[in-house]
Amino acid sequence: MSRFKLKLAALLAATAVALPAAAQDVAITNARLVIGDGSGPVEGGTVVIRGGRVVAAGTGVAVPAGVRTIDAQGRWVSPGIFAGFSRLGIVDVDGVQETDDSRARTSPFNAALDVVPAVNPRNLAIGISRSEGLTRAVVAPRASGAIFGGQGAIIDLATDMDAVTRPRAFQFMEYGETGASAAGGSRPAALASLRNTLFEVAAYARNPASYLDRDRQSLLTRADAEALRPVVEGRVPLLIHVERGSDMLTLIDLKREFPRLNLVFVGASEGWTVAREIAAAQVPVIASALTDLPSSFEQLGATQSNVGRMKAAGVLVGIGMINDDETRQARLVKQYAGNLVALTRVPGATGVEWGEAFATISSRPAEAMGMGGEFGSLRAGRRGDVVIWDGDPLEVGTAAQLVFIDGVEQPTVDRQDRLLQRYLNPAEGALPKAYDR
Amino acid sequence: MIRSFTATAAMAAVLALGACASPNGDTRSASSSTPRAKGTPVARDPYPSTYRAFPGTPTLVTNVTILDGEGGRIDNGSILFADGKIVEVAQSIAAPDGATVIDGQGKWLTPGIIDVHSHLGNYPSPGVSAHSDGNEATNPVTAEVWAEHSVWPQDPGFARALANGGVTTLQILPGSANLFGGRSVTLKNVYGRTVQAMKFPGAPYGMKMACGENPKRVYGGRQRMPSTRMGNMAVNRATWAKAVEYKRRWVKYEESGGDAPVRDLQMETLREVLDGDILVHNHCYRADEMALVLDMAKEFGYKVTAFHHAVEAYKIADLLKANGTCAAVWADWWGFKMESYDAITENLAILEKEGACGLIHSDDANGIQRLNQEIAKVMAAANRSGMNITKEQAWRWAAITPAKALGIDDVTGSLRAGKMADIVLWNGDPFSVYTRPDRVWIDGALLFNANNPRLRPVSDFELGQPGEGDVK
Repeated sequence: MSRFKLKLAALLAATAVALPAAAQDVAITNARLVIGDGSGPVEGGTVVIRGGRVVAAGTGVAVPAGVRTIDAQGRWVSPGIFAGFSRLGIVDVDGVQETDDSRARTSPFNAALDVVPAVNPRNLAIGISRSEGLTRAVVAPRASGAIFGGQGAIIDLATDMDAVTRPRAFQFMEYGETGASAAGGSRPAALASLRNTLFEVAAYARNPASYLDRDRQSLLTRADAEALRPVVEGRVPLLIHVERGSDMLTLIDLKREFPRLNLVFVGASEGWTVAREIAAAQVPVIASALTDLPSSFEQLGATQSNVGRMKAAGVLVGIGMINDDETRQARLVKQYAGNLVALTRVPGATGVEWGEAFATISSRPAEAMGMGGEFGSLRAGRRGDVVIWDGDPLEVGTAAQLVFIDGVEQPTVDRQDRLLQRYLNPAEGALPKAYDR
Repeated sequence: MIRSFTATAAMAAVLALGACASPNGDTRSASSSTPRAKGTPVARDPYPSTYRAFPGTPTLVTNVTILDGEGGRIDNGSILFADGKIVEVAQSIAAPDGATVIDGQGKWLTPGIIDVHSHLGNYPSPGVSAHSDGNEATNPVTAEVWAEHSVWPQDPGFARALANGGVTTLQILPGSANLFGGRSVTLKNVYGRTVQAMKFPGAPYGMKMACGENPKRVYGGRQRMPSTRMGNMAVNRATWAKAVEYKRRWVKYEESGGDAPVRDLQMETLREVLDGDILVHNHCYRADEMALVLDMAKEFGYKVTAFHHAVEAYKIADLLKANGTCAAVWADWWGFKMESYDAITENLAILEKEGACGLIHSDDANGIQRLNQEIAKVMAAANRSGMNITKEQAWRWAAITPAKALGIDDVTGSLRAGKMADIVLWNGDPFSVYTRPDRVWIDGALLFNANNPRLRPVSDFELGQPGEGDVK
């Protein structure tokens, strides 16, 4: 059955019977199975989900009695895609300012801003991403007016109204050119702002009750200090957008002064030039996969081989999208990962083998966030986020056929399918198109 | 289109010479009773192309999967090219003496990709404000600006489009801040010291227009007209009305002599549009706005060659077909502004199904590196929806159809004997994400070879910088 027809069937079914709201136990057999941990696909695999979590996946896995069983008929089955860096669900239309909750240009707060109330599970981009096999996403606010952007979350892309899996999962910060601009115009200003903030947070942590709200001259409100406390204490990761090699070394040096900081680099176009240092400092990277232009002076060394070279040096690397249509197009990470595989056949390039490429959009970004035990693979105990595909999930043109999130089967018909349905034959019929649905 | 353009230019040159030969070139004394001297037309090609094809060797590629760019396919086929031109495309061709023979086993061969919408050179990398040369956003009508006067030939993006994208020809357009953005320029994707050295010989000029949100936002934000879509149309119509009058005065002068009208560079471009010598490329997203523009073109007597971005083209495929206007589109961009809200991946496929003219475009320095993957997405989505679009059919969206939209389809855009040898050999099926260009020839010259680091162009900007000559 074609995806379109499959989707239409699902659409009709959805009007007849509501989808189950709770997790169902399900077993998928006869799969070309991808675990998501870096290994390649295996034939004849089975995955079993009970109570919303994976209980077993692999070959020779028995299907428990009484569990709904889906024969994948040899099709690809994998963990759902984990969008390593996105702004999904917090912007409806980028060009329509009132729908954009990703930034707050004139707020007196920065680190305190929490994306949770911005996330709308009914946002179109969530539905469109879900129908392309994305099941979880890192959702980050933008920084504007300060180096800190606020507290990001891990969300699921299910249709229920409870989207936030892990609120306040990290703090987001800009360094490099953007951070410099926000801090007053230079990298030294950004670093001074960061160091001053960290000292102020330490003062707050010693006696929160005495840290009264101060005016803007104090540079840090109580609410911002409160939000940053778990960052300084190393309990919450600090995701820093940074592109230039020397900037990454500066931030690694900062870890000597503040050893509990749990840094994650985002973007990292020139990461390959300092890959050994990043690996030695054990800083995970959520990289832009295909950046290969000197778009700015902090990306002069950009190459599509960046991810492969960092991996080869022992860096933990996942793929994310920053400043790359990340409010809507997180689905493109599949294509990006596929392109990294393509590089394995380009002389002089450093590509990524298929299994590891898939892991860059499943387990690796989850691990970078410190949540590899929870998301991103089909190893036992992980969330029951599973997709059945009509082909190789990294190949352009492949579609997700069935999507499970926390073990719950999801609808995969989105608004774009409805427009297609209406206009597959553009000519109007007996009534205007507005009656055609 | 090239022929007609060349003929017009040649005629202009002859007339110019004739005028120079007459005493003083003074025609004002001519009376109605004597044969009137003709007026001197304005020279139409003051910044001529100096592009010359680079040397190549006669080359035969055998045993390769060929998509000819106009809908044909040959499995295990052969192609021979020499002296910059395609000699033969056939199942099997005997190797001429001295030809370089390449075994294409497992590889695919196509005409080079043609991108009708690029800002390489006028929004180059690095994207600093000192390089921001694509929008003369100081007036909603700037038909007098020419994109070629902004193109920086050292943009590193040209090399990426060649090596990763297999792009051999591209049109650089002014941006979309203005209703009349200015003239475009079509380039061979070959680095030159000057923009003239990159200009596609004989290609007609295009003119950029823009509908919708951008012009009204840019000028409305400054309390200037236009601030609404109706304001957009009013300024457009007033400008076209002026252009029609300008053309009338110049035609009269050229035919009957007398005082030469004052030159107006803005009107000069529009007059050439009205003459059919400059092709209109109109940024326009919404179906309803495209329909209005098509009526406006009839009102003033010009043709819209292509709507660009055209995310709602699928809603009016029949109308576009009836008007002979193409739609240049993305595969899956959507939702970045209100007028892109209704985008669907099957847009291009519905145009194809309805027999309208559709093609792919990038508008992006990254997207231009993967246009083959973009058409693959459209084809797959279309075929899931019950259409039956083949790879040989889909490749037209990146080859002969964009060549037609640029008016250069008689010389490039497909693998026909006598056409320019603008060719990509792919290391596999170009509809796969795992495939990259293996070699790229432009006018038969090998300008990229994945196996030869010396055949990987490095722009002046990247020389001596981190990563110089890297695979990128």
